[in-house]
Amino acid sequence: MSHLFGHDQPLSAQGGGVKPPSFVGSFDPRVRVVAACLFAVMVVSLQQIEFALGAFVIAIATMLLTDLPLRLTLKRMAAMDGFIIVMLVMLPFTTPGTPMFSMLGADASKEGLLHAVLIGIRANAVVLMMLSLLSGLTPVTLGHTLYRLRCPAALVHLMMFTVRYISVLHDEYHRLRMAMKLRGFKARNTFHTYRSFGYLFGMLLVRSLERAERVLEAMKCRGFSGHFPMIDQLVFRRRDAILGATFFVMIAALILMDRIYVLAY
Amino acid sequence: MHIVDGALAPEVLIGGGVLAVAGLGLGLRKLPIDKIPATGVLSATFFVASLIHVPVGPSSVHLIMSGLAGLVLGWTAFPALFVGLLLQAIFFGFGGLTVLGVNTVNIAFPAVIAGFMFRGVVARSNPTAAAVWGGIAGALSISLTTLFVAISLTLSGDAFIPAAKLVFFAHIPIMAVEGFVSAAAVYLIMKVKPALLMTGDQANEYAVQSSIILAEQANEANNG
Repeated sequence: MSHLFGHDQPLSAQGGGVKPPSFVGSFDPRVRVVAACLFAVMVVSLQQIEFALGAFVIAIATMLLTDLPLRLTLKRMAAMDGFIIVMLVMLPFTTPGTPMFSMLGADASKEGLLHAVLIGIRANAVVLMMLSLLSGLTPVTLGHTLYRLRCPAALVHLMMFTVRYISVLHDEYHRLRMAMKLRGFKARNTFHTYRSFGYLFGMLLVRSLERAERVLEAMKCRGFSGHFPMIDQLVFRRRDAILGATFFVMIAALILMDRIYVLAY
Repeated sequence: MHIVDGALAPEVLIGGGVLAVAGLGLGLRKLPIDKIPATGVLSATFFVASLIHVPVGPSSVHLIMSGLAGLVLGWTAFPALFVGLLLQAIFFGFGGLTVLGVNTVNIAFPAVIAGFMFRGVVARSNPTAAAVWGGIAGALSISLTTLFVAISLTLSGDAFIPAAKLVFFAHIPIMAVEGFVSAAAVYLIMKVKPALLMTGDQANEYAVQSSIILAEQANEANNG
């Protein structure tokens, strides 16, 4: 996981331009961020399974237009499903309605099942679209994009620092863990294990704070005045506008059809 | 602990979003520019905590350590934990975009509460007592988080109530584990670098004293 935010990340927002970007990757990050947020908000408000499926198909189509590793993306989506599976299995039994079948003395209702399926499809559609549009961005590009989209500068700087140090501290964690392993530590269900993990994390905190003090001093040495220049050339071209418009029309059409369907029946 | 997109009612999503923006605004106001590096590094540490897996019974859970985040960071735990959740959502697909506000409130608000309740008493106690308070803070913040998750599910529909109860009871062992781990972490910090858990004035005093001690030690080393 730490490779994701590894040291080999390009430091500029443009960077890593060795291989040509994929179709989705060639658009302005700002359009992608806004589109993903819009998609999420719209899809969550869909009420009909048919149109939620439509949104899911759009998400799959977008995923196929990226150059992200297919297996990894699907694996992440499946990991998300693991979170909700319990809730989805329980929903048919807890929603009142027409009974379909009963299991262990509890009736499963049709309404509950449909609701569970709807939630599952909406969740998968949003996560897939988000992974397709955004996870191709480097964290640094994401920071610049959020800055250009008028997010508070303090928040963006905080995020850039966090991204920068996650891999460093993850390595530090592995070093400490290796030292424990060399001394014969094995994680079990014992109080000793929990205490050792507590000491491990406490040490990680202490070291990270000392690192932070060194970082701030080094920054002051280099004339840090409380402002980071954000150097990038994000350009909004015509094709970005076209993508944004197409996306908006597509989603709006889904929503509209969804609402009409609800009213008509 | 993450709620995904599509499950909650729009009212809950909007309410969570508004609360999260308010909390972020307050947290960022308490974050002067020269504190950003330290907060960023600590935020990264708490992100790494979520990559540490601890065995519980036959399975394993990842640490959250939000109680400790509240103790160390106070209000700035809000933006710090938000950043972690944002990165997890966008790059790992954990949680989602529309529920980001709700998730942030569910995790960061208990952290801030635990921090405010126990910061003073932890800073004043000796390491053993501080460890006990730290453990309570860690367990409390997780139990508040599960409670908030249960509330956000319940507000979204009565059909979710059994699931909400299940979430709460399934997390009881996790509360205990978080409590133990937080207690041990606080104990170590109080022994090694108490300044981490102290408020501004106390930390300054400590820094003055420690620099005097360090200077004395340096002199001794020279003389010896």
